[in-house]
Amino acid sequence: MGTGAGGERSPSVSSMLTINNIEVVYDKVILVLKGVSIDVRAGAITTLLGANGAGKTTTLKAISGVLRSERGEVTKGTIQLGEKRIDGMRAHDVARLGLVQVFEGRRVFEQLTCEENLIAGGHVHRDGAVVRQGIDMVYSYFPRLKERRHQQSGYLSGGEQQMLAIGRALMSRPQVVLLDEPSLGLAPMLVEEIFGIVQRLVQQEKLSVLLVEQNATLALAVAEHGYVMENGRIVLEGSAQKLIENSDIKEFYLGLNEGGSRKSYRDTKHYKRRKRWLS
Amino acid sequence: MSLVDGTGTDTLPKLLQRNAGESPAAPGIREKTRGVWQTLSWSGYRDMMRDFALGLAAQGFKRGDKLSVVGDNRPQLYAAQLSAQALGGMAVPVYQDSIASELVYVLNHAEVSVIVAEDQEQVDKVLSLKDQLPHLRQVIFDDPRGLWAYDDALLTSFEKVIDAGRAFGKLHSDYFATELAKGTADDVAMIAYTSGTTGAPKGAMLSHRNMIAGSEAFLEVNHTKPGDNWLSYLPMAWVGDVAFSLGMALAGNVTINCPESPETVQRDLRELGPHVMLAPPRIWENMLTTMQVKSSDASPLKRRLFGYFRGLAERCELKKTDGVPLTLGERIGLRAGEFFVYGPVRDQLGLRNARWCYTGGAPLGPDSYRFFRSFGINLKQIYGATEASALIACQDDAEANPNTVGRPMPRIDVRIDGNGEVLLKGPNVFIGYFKQDEITRDALVDGWLKTGDAGFFDKQGHLVIIDRAKDVGQLTDGSAFAPQFIENKLKFSPFIREAVAFGHEKPSVMAMVAIDMQTVGAWAEKRGLAYTSFMDLSRKVEVAGLIADEIGKANATLPDVQQVKRYLLLNKDLEADDAEMTRTRKLRRKFVAEKYDAVINAFYNGASQVEVTTEITFEDGRKSSITSNIVIHDLKPAEPARKAA
Repeated sequence: MGTGAGGERSPSVSSMLTINNIEVVYDKVILVLKGVSIDVRAGAITTLLGANGAGKTTTLKAISGVLRSERGEVTKGTIQLGEKRIDGMRAHDVARLGLVQVFEGRRVFEQLTCEENLIAGGHVHRDGAVVRQGIDMVYSYFPRLKERRHQQSGYLSGGEQQMLAIGRALMSRPQVVLLDEPSLGLAPMLVEEIFGIVQRLVQQEKLSVLLVEQNATLALAVAEHGYVMENGRIVLEGSAQKLIENSDIKEFYLGLNEGGSRKSYRDTKHYKRRKRWLS
Repeated sequence: MSLVDGTGTDTLPKLLQRNAGESPAAPGIREKTRGVWQTLSWSGYRDMMRDFALGLAAQGFKRGDKLSVVGDNRPQLYAAQLSAQALGGMAVPVYQDSIASELVYVLNHAEVSVIVAEDQEQVDKVLSLKDQLPHLRQVIFDDPRGLWAYDDALLTSFEKVIDAGRAFGKLHSDYFATELAKGTADDVAMIAYTSGTTGAPKGAMLSHRNMIAGSEAFLEVNHTKPGDNWLSYLPMAWVGDVAFSLGMALAGNVTINCPESPETVQRDLRELGPHVMLAPPRIWENMLTTMQVKSSDASPLKRRLFGYFRGLAERCELKKTDGVPLTLGERIGLRAGEFFVYGPVRDQLGLRNARWCYTGGAPLGPDSYRFFRSFGINLKQIYGATEASALIACQDDAEANPNTVGRPMPRIDVRIDGNGEVLLKGPNVFIGYFKQDEITRDALVDGWLKTGDAGFFDKQGHLVIIDRAKDVGQLTDGSAFAPQFIENKLKFSPFIREAVAFGHEKPSVMAMVAIDMQTVGAWAEKRGLAYTSFMDLSRKVEVAGLIADEIGKANATLPDVQQVKRYLLLNKDLEADDAEMTRTRKLRRKFVAEKYDAVINAFYNGASQVEVTTEITFEDGRKSSITSNIVIHDLKPAEPARKAA
C-alpha cells in the first residue's frame, strides 16, 4: 500500500458508518461473511467491489438490518452509525436513524404512482410538511420524476424506476445511503445521468454513500475509497486512485491489459492468472 | 538379475511393454476427470504410448530428438515421454508453473523440437515464445478447451497425433517394435533440469540404466505390491516424480493416479488412500498446519481430546526413539488414542492405507517429523539428488530417525571426502550435464558424484546431512551457522510459513519471516482483529507479538549464539514467480540475500525499520513493484530455564 501512512487503516474521524469485523451466518450454519471491516466516510462515496456471490449484498443487508428477514444473523463484530451501534436493530429503526438501503433491481411499488411511492418512502416522518419538502427536494434532483409524478410507477422506464428507488430512499432524509447496483440493466446514458445525480447529492446534501457495483470502472471513477471482496472477505482496500492502478484490479475487474487497452472477448481464456492482491 | 541386463526390460518403454504383456488388464494409470477415476490398463497405457510414438514418427521424430512436456500430471503427458523414449528420443519435462521467460532458457538449451502442452494456458505460454525457439517444430495439446479458434501451424491435438500414429502403424506394422528394440540401457532417457538454487538451471542427462537401477535398488528396501496405488501430484519436472511415477511405477507394477487438478489434490488423496507416498517437506508442513487449524476450530471436547492424545503420542515417540520402554498406562493410552484420534486423523489426511511415506527434496524439521510418526504414519526420510536419479539413501521402517537420512540404497556407494562433502558412486549416477562438460567435470570426479551437501555417517552407519555445504557459514565468533536448521525450527510453528535466517560472517542471527495467512488469519479473526491482505496482516502489532512468541519458543531450543535476535515480517510471501524460491519451493538463498540486501544492512546497523522495494512478477510475466516500510523487531533472549517440550 505504498509508502508511509497510506497503508494504515486507522478509523478516520470523519467516518460516518463503521463496520468492524462482522461475521454473518445464514440459517445459523452457513458462514457468508468473515471478518469484514468497512469505513464509510462522511460526505463521500465508498465503493465495495466483488464478483457474483462475493458477499456484497449480504454486507449491505447486514448493515441495514434487512438480513433478519432472510434468516441471516450478524454473529460477530459491530456496526456503528455515528456513535450508535446498529447491529441487531430492526430495519425500520435503522431507517429512522438515517440509514437506508436502495435494493438491487429497483423495487418500486409498481401499482402506486411515482408520488405515492415517494410518500411511502417518507413514512418515518409524521409531519406532512416535512414529507412535502422531501418530495420537492427529490423532484429538484430528479426532474424526470416530477414529469411523471402521477404515472403508475410500473410503467416507468428502468432508469426512471431506479431514480424513483433512490428518490424514495431520500424521503427519510438519511445520512447514509446503501446503493446496490444502481447501474444494473440500464442504458449507459442513464447510468451516467444517475451517477451524476448521486454525486451531486453527496456534495450538496452531505450524503454518505456505500456503493456496490459490478461496473468497477464507473464505481472507482466516482468513489473516494474502495474495498474488494472475495468469498466473504475483504481482500484489498485503498483509495480509488490506488485501486485503479492495482494490477490485479485492472486485470480482474476492469478487463484491461497492462497497457490500459481493453481486452477483446475473442481473447477470453479458460484459465486465470493467480491473483496476488498486493497493494 | 537386474532389469537393465535383460534385453526386454532395459528401457522404460520396454518395461511398459513388459507390464502390458504380463498383466494387460490390470490398472496401469488412472486420471480423475469430472470427479470420476478413469482407468487405463497397462495395455491401454502401452497402446497410447505406441500410437503416439508412431504419430511422432510419422512427423519425422528421430532418435536423439527431444520432446518436452508441460502441464499438470496427466496420463497423456507420461505416455508422451515414454513415446519419445521408445523412438530413442529424450524427454524434457518442464515446470508447469514456470513463467514464459524461465521456459525459454530450458527449451532452447535442450533443443526441444516437440512440446506436449496440457491445455490452453500452457499452449499460450509456448506460442508466446515460438519466435525465440528455433528448434521447435510442433506443439501438441491434450485438453482442447478454448483452443478451437487457434490456427497456428505448429499446433495440433493429441488425438490427431494418435490417429496419425494408427494410420502410420497400419502401413509400417513392425516399425514400433523395431524402434523399441533398438533402445539400450545407456541411452539418455531424459534431461532433468535442476531447479537451480544457484544460477541458471543445469540439464542432468539420466539414462534408462540410471532410472531403472535406481528404482530397483529402492524397491529392494521398500515393500511395494503390484497394484499398489501411487498419487502422481508432484510437478512432472521434479526428478522425484520422474523416479517414482515413471521409474518405480513401471519397474514395480505400481498404479499411477493423476489427480483432477492441483486444487483437488487433498480430496483426491483421501479418496484414493494411496499405499505409498512421497511429499516434500512443504506439503507435510501444510498438512500439519491444516490439522492444527482444524483442531483449534473444533468443539472444546474434541480439542481437548486432540491435545491430550497428541501430547501423549509425542512423549511416547520420544521415549521410543530413546529406547525407553513405555509404561502400561501409556500403552493403553496409545490404544485409546488410536481409536479416538490417530486413526481418524490419518483417515482425514488420506494416509490410512499408506504403508510408507517419504519426505524428500529438502530436510523436514524434526518436530514435524516426530509429529507424523507419533500419529502412526510411517514417515521416513529419503535423500537424493537430480544427478543421482533422485535416489541415494532412505530409512528402514525400524530405523526412522529425524536426524538422519538412513542408509545408502543397495549398490550405491557413499563416502565422505576430506571436506565433509557427500560423494557417491553407483548405477544411478547420471551421465553428465547436457552441453556443459566443464560443469560435469567438476561434479563427476573419477566416477564419484559430488553432491554439494555436507554430511557424515553416524555410529550406526546412517548418513546425516548437515546442510548444503555452501550454506553452512560461521558467525563472527567462529561458531557454525546452519541457516536451514534454524529455519526449520521456526517453520515448525503453524504461524510461520517461510523463514530466512542470516548470520554468515555476522555477529548474530537475524531472520525474515513470512506468516502463514491461513493460520494467522484464523488467529486474528478469533481476536476480533480486522485485516484485509497478507501485507495488512503482517503489519499488525499483535501479529508481530504472536510471531515473537513463536520465535521465542524456537529460540528456547537453540544454543545461545544461534538464537534469532531480531526479525521482521515480510510484506509478501516468498514466491517462485519472484525467483525467491525454486519451483520445488527451495529457498534461493543467494538471490534472496541480494534482493533483500537493504534488510540485512538494517538488521545489523540497528535500524528500527527499513524501506523495502520488492519487484513482483505476475504469473503471466508482467512485473510491478511495491515499496513499504517494514518494522524490525528485537527479541528478548529466551530464558535458558525453559526447556523445550
